[in-house]
Amino acid sequence: MELVNPILEFKKTCVSYSKQTMAVKYVSAAIERNTITAIMGPSGCGKSTLLRAANLMHALYPNIRVDGEILLNGQNILSMEPIEVRRKIGMVFQRPTPFPTMSIYDNVLAGYSLNGIRLSKSERNEIVEKCLRNVALWDEVKDVLNKKGTFLSGGQQQRLCIARALAMKPEVLLMDEPTSALDPIATKHIEDLILELQKDVTILIVTHNMGQAKRISSRSMFMYLGDLVEYDDTEKMFSNPTDERTRAYLTGKMG
Amino acid sequence: MIMNDMKILQRLYTDKIFKIAVCLFAALTAIPLFAILGEVLIKGYSQLSWSFFTEPTPTAYKAMQAVAAGEPIPGGIANGIIGSVIMLGMATVVAVPIGILCGVYLAENSKKRFAIIVSYITDLLQGTPSVIIGIITYVWVVVPMKGYSAIAGSVALFIMMLPLIIRSTEETVKILPASLKEAGLALGGNNARVTLKVILPSAFGGIFTGILLAVSRVIGETAPLMFTALGCSFIRWDIDKPISAVPLLIWEFFNDPNLQELIWGASLFLLIFVLSLNLTAKYFAKKWNS
Repeated sequence: MELVNPILEFKKTCVSYSKQTMAVKYVSAAIERNTITAIMGPSGCGKSTLLRAANLMHALYPNIRVDGEILLNGQNILSMEPIEVRRKIGMVFQRPTPFPTMSIYDNVLAGYSLNGIRLSKSERNEIVEKCLRNVALWDEVKDVLNKKGTFLSGGQQQRLCIARALAMKPEVLLMDEPTSALDPIATKHIEDLILELQKDVTILIVTHNMGQAKRISSRSMFMYLGDLVEYDDTEKMFSNPTDERTRAYLTGKMG
Repeated sequence: MIMNDMKILQRLYTDKIFKIAVCLFAALTAIPLFAILGEVLIKGYSQLSWSFFTEPTPTAYKAMQAVAAGEPIPGGIANGIIGSVIMLGMATVVAVPIGILCGVYLAENSKKRFAIIVSYITDLLQGTPSVIIGIITYVWVVVPMKGYSAIAGSVALFIMMLPLIIRSTEETVKILPASLKEAGLALGGNNARVTLKVILPSAFGGIFTGILLAVSRVIGETAPLMFTALGCSFIRWDIDKPISAVPLLIWEFFNDPNLQELIWGASLFLLIFVLSLNLTAKYFAKKWNS
């Protein structure tokens, strides 16, 4: 596997919930710019934990410890301010999380208001339209922008959350099983959207759906019990995995 | 088989009897409320008039004259209403921000040692008898200020409201999904902004309900006001002087044979006020939950 222009790099990254349990063990991997990289693995393998560490979500929970380095454009984010990091590295969660008290319009702009950035009316309108068009939601919601975000269907809510993350123009977008709470049609929409987005943003997506990884990602990681077992081009990994555990997982003998 | 059928029938009957018993007991608890409401309504209804709400308490002499002449007692409880509103207003204005901030802190740091201690203290404060809060406020506020005042009364009410607001805020914020806060932080917001723009608005319904319940809980407090606000028989707006309150008036009416008639009007007013606050709170809680 060849990396031309990596943007994000895990260097011996470890995440532990307590002294005894290490959820992620010495993971080293570089993520190529403007590609989609999937992280696969059975439940509890540490894939979400690794992803959340890249957004410094662990800073919320004093019991979680992250060691090693996570580099964004060569800079270690673990020693940066979370606020600064999270503006550059956006995140979309498993369940859609529109802010329940905000309208669709305000949800898209939430990143700005939460950062205390003031925008003119025309700037706001422009960002909202552009971001909602980016996630193919504009035509569906342009007449109901003042309704609450929770008024939308699950798939629409998730697209709204992606629009909200994109509004901050992140360099990397982390997605934690973004379609696992959605039906197949909504999932298809989101997958098409993710493929479309990679020209603007680097996407790192956690999924336990092998089909999804195969459909959208160009590179895949396979994690098992906190170890990064294999990391390769998706095509190569699905056709000819190197590690026995990867093979077992991909063929459904382990899951 | 027949045995089985009998057993099932027996069970069904037991179930039915149990259900009837439960309903009966539930109905029994409603009796005191309706008995109180009925009694107060019947005795107090005739006293309610415009002047009852706009005029202060009559002097004992005037009341005596009216009784002797067979006329209704003049005057009303305006001094008490104004006093109650002033003291509750001041207490609420101070208790709400402090209570909400403290509640949010407790909800978000429930595992920290300091938060656990504060949480225990809140419980203890909530359980402190109001008469003790009255005497303590007397020592802390009335003595240094060299006199009873609306300020002292509102301090006592503030102390009583604080734990109620802290608890309701804490409970409401705790049941919000963690993903809400995470999503806010993931967008680069700092803790303060996420709390103000995402957490508190989402919890607004519960917090508002808690505030209403806290107000309705302390509006009828009499003991702490006896040590602090003392009472006043005319309408007064100064916050550094003794002031009246509706529950204080009820106590005063009870102690003055010439004014006893007025007890029921004042009680009815207080009861209706508290009940409507409670109903409003229920309405908001329901609306917020849906």
